[in-house]
Order: sequence, then C-alpha cells, then structure tokens
Amino acid sequence: MGTIAIPHLTRAPSRRRAMPGFGLTLGFTLSYLSLIVLIPLAALAFNAAGLGVGGIWKVLNTSQVINALKLSFGGALVAAAINAVFGSLIAWTFVRYDFPGKRALQAMIDLPFALPTAVAGIALTALYSVPTVPSPAQGWLGVPLEALGVKVAYTQLGVIVAMTFISLPFVVRTLEPVLEQIDRQYEEAAATLGATRWQAVSRIVFPALQPALLTGTALAFARAVGEYGSIIFIAGNLPNLTQIAPLLIAINLDQHEIGAATAIAAAMLALSFAILFAINLLQAWVRRSERKSA
Amino acid sequence: MQISIRQLSKSYGSVAALNAIDLDIASGELLALLGPSGSGKTTLLRAIAGLEPINGGRIQFGDIDATELSVQERRVGFVFQHYALFKHMSVLDNITFGLRVRKRKYRPAREEIRRRGEELLKLVQLGGLEARYPNQLSGGQRQRVALARALAIEPRVLLLDEPFGALDAKVRKELRVWLRQLHDETGYTTVFVTHDQEEALELADRVVVMNAGSIEQVDTPEAILRRPATRFVAEFVERDAAGHYTAAHPPHPRTVHERVAHAVRVG
Repeated sequence: MGTIAIPHLTRAPSRRRAMPGFGLTLGFTLSYLSLIVLIPLAALAFNAAGLGVGGIWKVLNTSQVINALKLSFGGALVAAAINAVFGSLIAWTFVRYDFPGKRALQAMIDLPFALPTAVAGIALTALYSVPTVPSPAQGWLGVPLEALGVKVAYTQLGVIVAMTFISLPFVVRTLEPVLEQIDRQYEEAAATLGATRWQAVSRIVFPALQPALLTGTALAFARAVGEYGSIIFIAGNLPNLTQIAPLLIAINLDQHEIGAATAIAAAMLALSFAILFAINLLQAWVRRSERKSA
Repeated sequence: MQISIRQLSKSYGSVAALNAIDLDIASGELLALLGPSGSGKTTLLRAIAGLEPINGGRIQFGDIDATELSVQERRVGFVFQHYALFKHMSVLDNITFGLRVRKRKYRPAREEIRRRGEELLKLVQLGGLEARYPNQLSGGQRQRVALARALAIEPRVLLLDEPFGALDAKVRKELRVWLRQLHDETGYTTVFVTHDQEEALELADRVVVMNAGSIEQVDTPEAILRRPATRFVAEFVERDAAGHYTAAHPPHPRTVHERVAHAVRVG
C-alpha cells in the first residue's frame, strides 16, 4: 500500500489545476481577442501616432470636429438616460404582467436590433419630417409636432430620437432576465414589514437591479455613440449643428483625408474607452458597497 | 392577540383552495397547520397575512376586523419558507427594515432602531453578527434572522411558513426546541405551517389537520393521536406498534422501556 502512495507524494501537486484546459483556453482567448479586437485598434492607434500630437490636435481643434464629438457623446448620454428610465419600465411591464399581445410586443423590442439601420433612418425621417407638399406617407408625427412648435427632423432632437430608437433593446433585454430572477417573496416580505409599494420597489427591487441597469445603460450608450446609418438620414448633417462624429470620419475618408479621419476616430476611441472605463469603475464601486457577494 | 376566522373561502378559478374555513386561535397560542401539500394550509396562512386575496369570509384580529386591511396594516410577522432575507442588506439592516420604513412620525430615532435591532439579535442568539450579510450565514442562522426581522415590528401574530422545511434534520431538531422556548418567552400568538406530523404534534399547543381545502380536526396533539376525528386524520398521523409515526419522518427516539410499555398497553 505504502509503495503505491509514494509516486503521489513525489509529484508536485501544485502544478495540477482542478479545472483542466486552462492553457489551451487562455491561449485561444488571447489570440482571438488580439485578432478581432486588439490588432485593429492597435492599427488605428499606430496610424494616429503617425500624425503626431500636434497633427492630431490640429484636426481636432476645429469647431466642426468638437461640435460633432459633443453631439455624438452628449446625444448618446441623453439617449442612454432616456432608455434607462423607459427601458426599465418596459422590462418591468413585460416580466411582471400578462396581457394579450405581450409576445408580439416582446418581439417588437428586438426590431431596432434587427432592422438595417438605414431602414430605421429612412422610416424615422419620413415620420418626423414635415413634407413641403402634403403627402399621406410622410409627416405623421412631424406635422402635429411642428404645430406644437417642436421640430425633430434635421435637428439635434432628431439625432437623439434616432439614438434612443436603436439603443432601446439593450436596456430591456439586459434587465428582463435579472427581473425574472427576483422572487416576489422579497416584495411580500417588505410589505408584511410595513413597507409601501414604492418603498419595496426602491429599497428592495431597485438595488438588486442596479448592476444590470448600469450594464444595459452602458451598452445602450456605446451603441448610440457608434450609430451612423439611421442618424444621417434624420439629422440633416449641418456642420456644427447636426453632424455626428462618425459621419465626419466618413466624409474625411471620402475626400481621402485619411489622417483627419484617423485623428477623429482615435479621439472617439479614447473618449469611448474613458467613459466605459468610468462605468466599469462605478459598477465595481456599486458591487463593493453591496459587499462580499461571493 | 386572539384571531377568529369565519367562513373563509378562496378559489383559483373553479378549484377551491379553502372551503368556508372556521377557526379560532387563542391569544398566545402556538398553533400548527398540518396537512399534505395542496391541502390549503399555506393558502390559509397567507390569507391571514393578507398576502392572498380571498373570495369570502371574515378575519378578525382581537377587536379589529382585519378582512379589509392591507398587508401593511395587518402588522403580521411573516417568516417565509426560504426566509426572503434582503441580500444586499446586512443582518442588522434586515432586522430593522420594518422600523426604518415607518412614517417619520412613528419611526424611532436612529440609535433606538439600532439598539432594538441588537436586542433582537441577542434574543435569537446571534449577537455580534449584525454586520454579516445573509449569504455569510448558515441556514439555521438565516432562519433566526428572518424570525428576528418579523418580531421587530411587534406583530399582532407571528406566521411561519414551513419554518424548518429548508433545514437539515439535525438543525431542524434544535431549532424546534428553541422556537418553543422563544414562543414561551415572548408569548406571541404563533401559527406555523408544516407537512411533518411529528413536528406539528411535538411543537404545537393545538394542531389543525387540513385536507383538500377543509379542516378535518382541530385539537391538542394528544387528542389527535388518541381520538382522530376522521379516517383521513387517523391515517395521516398513524403510528405503528412500536410507537413510530409511519410517515417518512421518525419520531423522537424512545427508550426500549417506553416502547415495550407502549406495546404492552396496545397489545
């Protein structure tokens, strides 16, 4: 018996892992991420570096570029905030209530995902624009809104409308599974302890949803920043006013201004990274304040 | 507080969950609702708490007609089967939740809330664990936190849904004894639901045996064992010649002496 045990004792046990395949999977993960994410981003950074700090600054420090970046990021923040509120409401309704037509509505939530963005852009433009000649297919919302003094098409509001439209599914779809996990018993427990409906939702349900809400909002934001196809139709693309940064990149590429396009792209990359990083920090902080979930 | 239930009915569609239940619970009593799954015992408990809308009948807490009162207004201490502790709150915050959500007018001062939370923790023998989170506790500890949380609101009645269902056999035994002691110390009117006849018969002052939405018998454990009112009750609490209850759970171990004496008596 003792002789059988000896080989076990002589082998260094620490080299063996409980979960096999670590080397292989890590190797694959790193190569794949390099190929798909890291190399293109590195190429962009490399090209931008070729311009030098002065060169990049020269491109960026024009009112047209600054305004376009402001619009892309500011609009995306507003759109993400709108979706955080109304997306939560929609997710809540879908998870908590049963009503006829729920499944059809639920399928519709994914449409902004599935629709080619140009189609969305054209549809939104037709809805919100005010046709010069009365037309049955155009201006359904644009004409009455104009009567109220609100212009949507070809304004910054139009950009936000398009961004909100295309980023809605991210909040709803991120929240739904998490909401489903929250047992009704927690709210019942809160009620027996004397908590009003509002107290139960704000103190019990909301804290449990918070991480998912943050993730969904971040995804919606990222999608809205990068959105191009639907916005260019409804925005009207007036320089300094309704021109978004991705469009400026496309225009520069069209005119073979590769350097300028690269500089703007690098700026977007840096800003996006900074914002997503900040959101991640916020998330880590939220998690830590909830403490020791493991 | 004394509770009386009159003609309480509840149905899900065409299926009756509770058939015109009449039940009186004495003040300070420890009452068990015993029955197989689907007998309506949990529905009855939830109806008393106001968590389950009813189709007819009345529920009276002492002099107060509770039938139309909301869950919040009924002020019942409810312990859920899986405790439903708030995961993102510390033990102390869980226990004091019921005090902290009160309207400002009725809310004790912050230090007073903390003091009462710590006092309750000591009562359930968990002193010093106030900063822990629910997932850092064992099953038995969670159960006691849930109990302390329910006691914090000074409930009119304490309602426990399968209080020992989620625990392993050893902890279950200990907690049972402890719960009986706690009940005798605090004197709250207590109703608990169980499908385990041994648990009901050992712990409760009186046992309500339920079947298919109706009450079969309400009596002391003694009387239920000696004089079962219906065939259903007799079969549900039946014991074999050695004094064992025949259902899945064995009773408390008897000495050989007792068994022989019992066998002789029966024989």
